[in-house]
Amino acid sequence: MTRVLVFGYGNPGRLDDGLGPALVEALAERGLAGEITLESGYQLQVEDAELVANHDVVVFVDAHTSCAPPFELHRLEARSETEFTTHALTPAAVLALAREHFGSHAAGYVLGIRGYAFDDFGERLSPLAQSNLAAAVQFVLQALRDGRIDVPAVAGNPEGDLHVRA
Amino acid sequence: MEATSGRRIVIEPVTRVEGHGKVTILLDAEGHVERARFHVVEFRGFERFIQGRPYWEVPVAVQRLCGICPVSHHLCAAKAMDRIVGGEKLTPTAEKMRRLMHYGQTFQSHALHFFHLASPDLLFGFGSDVNARHVLGIAAKFPDLARQGILMRKYGQEIIRLTAGKKVHGTGAIPGGINKNLSLAERDLLLQDLAQMKDWARATVQLARDYTLAHIDMLGGFGSFPSNHMCLVRADGALDLYDGGLRAVDAQGRTIFDHVDPQRYLDFIAEEVKPWSYMKFPFIKSLGPEHGWYRVGPLSRISACSFIDTPLAEAARQEFMQVAGGKPSAVTMAYHWARMIELLHAVEKIDELLHDRDLQGTDLVVKGERRGEAVAIIEAPRGTLFHHYKVDENDQVTMANLIVSTTSNNEPMNRAVESVARQFLDGVEITEGLLNHVEVAIRAYDPCLSCATHALGQMPLDVQVVDAAGQVVGRRVKGSKER
Repeated sequence: MTRVLVFGYGNPGRLDDGLGPALVEALAERGLAGEITLESGYQLQVEDAELVANHDVVVFVDAHTSCAPPFELHRLEARSETEFTTHALTPAAVLALAREHFGSHAAGYVLGIRGYAFDDFGERLSPLAQSNLAAAVQFVLQALRDGRIDVPAVAGNPEGDLHVRA
Repeated sequence: MEATSGRRIVIEPVTRVEGHGKVTILLDAEGHVERARFHVVEFRGFERFIQGRPYWEVPVAVQRLCGICPVSHHLCAAKAMDRIVGGEKLTPTAEKMRRLMHYGQTFQSHALHFFHLASPDLLFGFGSDVNARHVLGIAAKFPDLARQGILMRKYGQEIIRLTAGKKVHGTGAIPGGINKNLSLAERDLLLQDLAQMKDWARATVQLARDYTLAHIDMLGGFGSFPSNHMCLVRADGALDLYDGGLRAVDAQGRTIFDHVDPQRYLDFIAEEVKPWSYMKFPFIKSLGPEHGWYRVGPLSRISACSFIDTPLAEAARQEFMQVAGGKPSAVTMAYHWARMIELLHAVEKIDELLHDRDLQGTDLVVKGERRGEAVAIIEAPRGTLFHHYKVDENDQVTMANLIVSTTSNNEPMNRAVESVARQFLDGVEITEGLLNHVEVAIRAYDPCLSCATHALGQMPLDVQVVDAAGQVVGRRVKGSKER
């Protein structure tokens, strides 16, 4: 059985930056915690590489500032970043650390959900972000039902990248 | 755009520090560095975010402030709310659980900083190839060190999870106490890896020590300067990261004030506002704003405390002080060595606490006479952290004032950047070497620039050269966009 990790990250106290954790929360409310691993955090960190390594498919979920709404799904390649900007790591860097240190072969994706409001404190999503979140949740639920986020399905994608518009 | 007689060079944001910031280097008419400023996009509005909330929500809500040291804010707010409910004299179980949480936080934070933020600079050199000078470069060339860093960070996170309830946004500390103890099974889980963590911590202190001593001449001229220092100390003068009174010493180690009750911090510390920065500039009142600026954090704590109450860290502190001539070190890069001494201290305290059966106690909460105002101070990994609240009769917060460690280190970071810029800026070209030397100096302080949003598509490194007329005459962008 494919071990799937959905990892939403962002700061729920900074408006739409909380889209990633909000998606994880929505999946948990639908009872998916027993079927897949759900994790959320402020940022991706080095120790997340070990968690990633315990799974076959990892979907990193974050707010996106500029993608076409409602969201984009993007196949991720492990990558040694030439630069990283904060204490946090990028999904590609976490995937690379998982491979380097824990022998991981996990397939990685980034699900970027379009957000709009980031510049204030507040534990709420903007109306448009809520709408995009709902679409992303439906997409993930459908993908899990269909088994589309799965290693064989991805490996069969000749482009290597899977772009999905809901 | 700020009007100057010369040129202005802007570097923004600084990489590998939390949040966003930018550096402005001001040149005089002859093209020489006149001064440097490290701008911080601070968490304006956060006090408003807290105001109106019931006081018992605050220890959880303040964790929204920072993704790197939420535990420090959690505990500092809880300490303030202890006073609000009249429960500042915690039960032994509650205080020791909080201390364990705090040492776990310090351990993971210091390990993360050293192995994954600072070590690329130290092990590869400040001027080495930027394409390899990052954590994955360390992973490739020093795989054991990188793995140690991951596992040490994970160990500290496990302590946080078991004491706070979860790794992020824990709820462990509540006004007047704690909401859980540590079960024997949880204790035994943490004991499994303790010896390994101590061994690695000792080796890391050695690594930082050896690096500092091997490069002491170079480091002495790199962003270094004498300064005042401030930190909490225990009643007997010992290093205490969780509680105590405020101590400030000057560059010679002479006492400016000592054992100041946190409730009286405004009698000793004031904050200056400058027009070009959102961030305030704290200073020691008795010395005034010009001479009263001070440093906080590991360098200050190791320099200003009388001793450390754990044997391995104390031995390391004594050598540190001997190298510094018995007075506070002026070497900015010695922050790294001091930070690792604290890492060792933290794991020694974790060892001590895990063998204390008070952690399995069941008396978790106390309350007393209700108050309307409280101040709490804690030594966060990056330095002294102040939380000050007023709460009305309806239990709602009406005022919140926070002084974070990065604010206290604001002036020292400006001076460090200025020193480095004077040394390495040649003309107006922002070279890769200049950029990284500036960043190395700032990183020594491990600043936390508030928990900025980090959504995909943000956070390029944008470097601009702007002339006196406000025209951009040069630009350099080092992006880190996800795609």
